[in-house]
Amino acid sequence: MARVFLPLVLVAMVLFAAAPLVVANAPPEQTMGLVQKIFYYHVPSAMLMFVSAFVCGIASAVFLFRRSAAADRVALAAGELVVLFGAIVLVTGPLWARKAWGVWWEWDARLTSSLLLWMIFLAYLLVRRFGGPGSEKLAGAMALFGMANVPFVYVSVNYWRTLHPKTSVVMTLAPGMRAAFWFCVAAFAALYVLLLTLRKRLEDRQAEVEQLYLAAED
Amino acid sequence: MRQFLRVAWVVMRKDLTVEMRSREIVYTTVFFAASCVLVFAFALVREGRPLEDAAAGILWISIAFAGTLGLGRTFERERHTETLRALMLAPSDRPAIYVGKLLGILALMAIVEAVLVPMIGLLFHAPVLARPLWLVALLGLGTLGFASVGTLFAAMLVRARSRDVLLPVLLYPITIPVIIAGVRGTAALFQATPDEPMARFWAALLVFFDVVFVTLSLWTFEPLMTE
Repeated sequence: MARVFLPLVLVAMVLFAAAPLVVANAPPEQTMGLVQKIFYYHVPSAMLMFVSAFVCGIASAVFLFRRSAAADRVALAAGELVVLFGAIVLVTGPLWARKAWGVWWEWDARLTSSLLLWMIFLAYLLVRRFGGPGSEKLAGAMALFGMANVPFVYVSVNYWRTLHPKTSVVMTLAPGMRAAFWFCVAAFAALYVLLLTLRKRLEDRQAEVEQLYLAAED
Repeated sequence: MRQFLRVAWVVMRKDLTVEMRSREIVYTTVFFAASCVLVFAFALVREGRPLEDAAAGILWISIAFAGTLGLGRTFERERHTETLRALMLAPSDRPAIYVGKLLGILALMAIVEAVLVPMIGLLFHAPVLARPLWLVALLGLGTLGFASVGTLFAAMLVRARSRDVLLPVLLYPITIPVIIAGVRGTAALFQATPDEPMARFWAALLVFFDVVFVTLSLWTFEPLMTE
């Protein structure tokens, strides 16, 4: 892990340093103009939020059924990142919506399902923080159920209301925009992997320290 | 399989017997649900006329609130008398205990709903008898979805600190699809001309939800309840 860490930091730094230039050079969108640039931050964050929710859910399942403490630490790191990337999505989304639709918030399918997913993982962190001893398992179940819930939230909210552009918009981007978009996805993915490994390492160290304390007390 | 059903039946009967002797949870939960409806009535009724579509929403919110209260109280009783451990020590399948608990909760919520539905019909002029079978189907499926997740979480929370607040915190985000499906499906039935295809769509979504979440709960109950 330590060997890939430094290259990963460098890659993420280079990507993020170049991202503003790439985004600025991408062709402007015809109707929305400058505001559309939020897209390059908003959509990659949303993608990673969903990826992270699945990482957290799968790691929690491994923790529950295999009793692997390492998987639990991955789940915690991923759970925190769902909330972090979700916060980016939920801040950039309304900023864009205000300009594109004229309102800050709209009870639309995708907005609502992202908000709900974000809330599920916020609840996950709340349980871990305030659940007291033995709350990892409870939180694990929450993450697993939260992951299983994603399609239901999506379908139910979709039939409830819809306004947001479909995901297929990514496939129909103009070539210049598409390159900039995937560049940003790569940058955010690098940041995600970096933060995940960093957070997992911190938890590993903490577990080691606890082990040493226990050993010293015996 | 017969053994499994027998254990589930015994656990449910035990819960219901305890409840029948004191009637504590039934009375308080039903009263709480009724007060919920009244609170909403004061908030949403203008000039003697309720908002359009409000009835279905009020019905399901009251069910969700009362269900949370009932779930919490049922497991609080087990904790108070230190009987959950004894239940877990019983030489039987853990999932059977879960099913028994779930059946007990479902019985309790059915009683609550039997009071709530006529109340909604009377107070909000909702045509509750327009499509009685569809209404029962939606209520049954929605309650099963809500209670299946709720029973698992309430059981796990027995040992946790601040369990009273954590149960709704965990349960509501997860059961939002149930609430949406229940409210939209019931609202479709409460229209002047009941929209059956709509009700069928939401009932189908609830069936999927129930299958996935009952399976997941049965699957995770064992590792979750092992110390």
